[in-house]
Amino acid sequence: MGQFIIFIKKELLHIWRDRRTLFILIWMPIVQILLYGFALTNEVKNSKIVIFDQARDEASRALSQQISSSRYFSLLKNVYSYEDVEATFKQGKIRLAVIFPRNFREELMHTNHAQVQLIADASDPNTANMLTNYASSIINDYQQSLNQNQAIPYTIRPQMRMLYNPELKGAYSFVPGVMALVFMLVCAMMTSIAIVKEKELGTMEVILVSPLKPFRIIIAKTIPYLLVSMINIACILLMSVYILDVPIVGNLALLIGESILFTITALSIGILISNFAKTQQTAMFTSMMGLFLPTLLFSGFLFPIENMPIPLQIISNIVPSKWYYIIVKSIMIKGLGLGSVWKETLILVGMTTFFLGVSIRKFKIRLA
Amino acid sequence: MDKVITASNLTKKFGTFTAVDHISFEVAKGEIFGFLGANGAGKTTAMRMLCGLSLPTSGDATVAGFDVYRENEKIKRNIGYMSQKFSMYEDLTIRENIRFYAGIYGMSDEAIVKKTDALVSQLQMTGNEKTLVRELPLGWRQKLAFSIAIVHEPAVVFLDEPTGGVDPVTRREFWNLIYQAAALGITVFITTHYMDEAEYCDRVCIMVDGRIDALDSPAGLMKEFKSTNMDGVFLQLARKAQRKAD
Amino acid sequence: MQSVTVSHLIKNYPAGKKSVVEAVRDVSFSVDKGEIFGIIGPDGAGKTSIFRVLTTLLLAEGGKCTVDGLDVVKDYKEIRKRIGYMPGKFSLYQDLSVQENLEFFATIFNTTIEKNYDLIKDIYAQIEPFKERKAGQLSGGMKQKLALSCALIHKPTVLFLDEPTTGVDAVSRKEFWEMLHRLKTQGITILVSTPYMDEAGLCDRIALIQKGKILSVNTPKGITKEFKKPMWAVRSAEMFRLMNSILADPAVESCYPFGQYHHVVFHNAENEIQKLEQIIREGNFQNGEIKPVEPGIEDCFMALMKEQGTHG
Repeated sequence: MGQFIIFIKKELLHIWRDRRTLFILIWMPIVQILLYGFALTNEVKNSKIVIFDQARDEASRALSQQISSSRYFSLLKNVYSYEDVEATFKQGKIRLAVIFPRNFREELMHTNHAQVQLIADASDPNTANMLTNYASSIINDYQQSLNQNQAIPYTIRPQMRMLYNPELKGAYSFVPGVMALVFMLVCAMMTSIAIVKEKELGTMEVILVSPLKPFRIIIAKTIPYLLVSMINIACILLMSVYILDVPIVGNLALLIGESILFTITALSIGILISNFAKTQQTAMFTSMMGLFLPTLLFSGFLFPIENMPIPLQIISNIVPSKWYYIIVKSIMIKGLGLGSVWKETLILVGMTTFFLGVSIRKFKIRLA
Repeated sequence: MDKVITASNLTKKFGTFTAVDHISFEVAKGEIFGFLGANGAGKTTAMRMLCGLSLPTSGDATVAGFDVYRENEKIKRNIGYMSQKFSMYEDLTIRENIRFYAGIYGMSDEAIVKKTDALVSQLQMTGNEKTLVRELPLGWRQKLAFSIAIVHEPAVVFLDEPTGGVDPVTRREFWNLIYQAAALGITVFITTHYMDEAEYCDRVCIMVDGRIDALDSPAGLMKEFKSTNMDGVFLQLARKAQRKAD
Repeated sequence: MQSVTVSHLIKNYPAGKKSVVEAVRDVSFSVDKGEIFGIIGPDGAGKTSIFRVLTTLLLAEGGKCTVDGLDVVKDYKEIRKRIGYMPGKFSLYQDLSVQENLEFFATIFNTTIEKNYDLIKDIYAQIEPFKERKAGQLSGGMKQKLALSCALIHKPTVLFLDEPTTGVDAVSRKEFWEMLHRLKTQGITILVSTPYMDEAGLCDRIALIQKGKILSVNTPKGITKEFKKPMWAVRSAEMFRLMNSILADPAVESCYPFGQYHHVVFHNAENEIQKLEQIIREGNFQNGEIKPVEPGIEDCFMALMKEQGTHG
């Protein structure tokens, strides 16, 4: 046991003395959360729009007023033809155009149905999606305000509801995503680098030629990184609750439990990488290409998986981060319990067992 | 005689630590000059200043007639450098390595081709030009690295422990190459841990604690220190070192 | 009793498809208890491979080896408890202090610094004044001493030192060998490898090795005794030209520079002085000197290399 403890102590000293890496390890998640959380909401604040109001009636004016006074949009100008709409888009001045049909109020009053056309610059699909959603929800609000004084409800547009994230906060989807990223980086990448570093230094030779059991070496090397990632998770959760206003709706214990499970998944992948990587660069590169990028691309927090081609959708299933992302989103944001995420949890358990099994089997008790 | 390297009161300080302490010496054209000293005596620092890689704190030095303060770019053009650690690009072939280094020094394509053929046949590596360097035995590599270091016919070649770890026969073959280079008028500035190699040099200087404590021909030094070999001379001098801790 | 036995050891490394590098080719030797046994040869001769097989870090392709009577394959766990190993690159944690390094290695070998302090006192005392210093900031000689202390801290029965003196200056090398001789008196068997031929004389017995093959195993004296032909040391004012002239004589078997002299061996031992004098006279060499000389380990190594065709 003494051997085990001094090993962990040594590992903590390595981390502690390498201030630059420690700094990055602690600050990276915080900066990421802030970046993703705020940069994204800033992006859609005060987006420039034009309004082409063909109706110019009471209803269209009121709605225009509400849209352009919202904090998401700022009205660049009113335009008077489709050509003008197109021209302003081409100049890249606006991201969204709102077009009211000729008989907006009449249709609304008499048929109880009216249409508003929203045209977005979809060269940035995420932003376009977000902007149309914002605009739709403003229209929705207006419609509700009309309905308060009206026996027969008016409907203005195809029904559109924002589930779970009524304010459409980017942070809602980024917090779980960043959590997955941090675990992959801290646990998998740092562990694999730390193990490979000992191989490079030659200290692994001496340690292998000691009575210390190889498996204990591995466990001892991973524990400090587990601790660091726990600190990271605490930071992320505190920040998301108190700074980004993203509450933890579900059970905190369950969330932490699932996080520990995913940490073990990441650690076992890290050990697996360290088994075949001979240099720190290889370890880092493998982690970047094999873990970081797939987490970014396939976990669903940056790009919706439903929109991907089928082959990519299939590939996304083998990315552990995807499952963890779903779990965290379900627990933290939707407030669901284990009953709803047992399938994903089981998949993660399966993956962990597989990776852990392979990495222990492949762990070399000798030099290769 | 032409002085290819001159140093006078050359000094390098790192903060309060004086790595090289007012050293003065001259090396003639075509001379094989041995530069010895215990680890930390200041050899590497002195060599870096002469190669134009590090600016002296004070003192003067010229290499191939160029000043180390102002003309270090010209110095770099006129010297060759090889160390035990410097191995060529392992994933390039012999020919590609020669081409690359000759190209760095601006040799014309025609000259490179000629030089490559001459070099390969001199090293008895004909037929292996397309072999990757990493597949060569260590002895071959070191000989090749030396030949590449002098491919542009520099005025001085700096050799930093070039023969570490090679077998005794290869080591002597390597020295043959050094003699041949010196005979062509290339000045050879060499550091080594092998004391018998020190005896192959025309003159040897021994650094202790950043100073030059002895500078003479090997025979002269052995006489002065009443020793039958350079090992004895070196130990007598190096034992005086105060700078033990570094 | 034999502390280490190696019999018909073969170690290959894969090199590309289907081809292998034969690092160790049928090597056999044994080391007695309490002996300093040197494995001497250049880089790439197979020294490190032999050490790694004996320290249970590598599996051999053929042959049988024992350490302390235990099989290196079957009983690797037991062997790991008993041996001390100092790999080629001094394996220290650069960011840990001298004291922290030593403490770490003591603990993973289930012991404490205090328990075996007597054994390392001699060596450790020299670096103890710097015990707060990070290992990365030590000089080569001091790193070497710390690495040795770490390898010794659990009082091993057999100590494996892989090129402990490479890259270390002459003074530290000398001190290091003095330390090994003091350790020998404690009954520890020491296997040491080195590329420096001049260190051969400091070992009880040596194995000369080149290209994975053993050239000879004997005491240093025994090896030089095997050199049967008389050897001559020759010098003059122009050494390089002198060598070419000597090598031009068909009667000469070999001529190698050795410090200030050339060591010359003839095919047949007759009238050598006259032949050498003739070369000096005809070549008009100044300050010529000819004298008989006892061959050293390096002479023997080169002669054996030539004999067994392991050069090139």
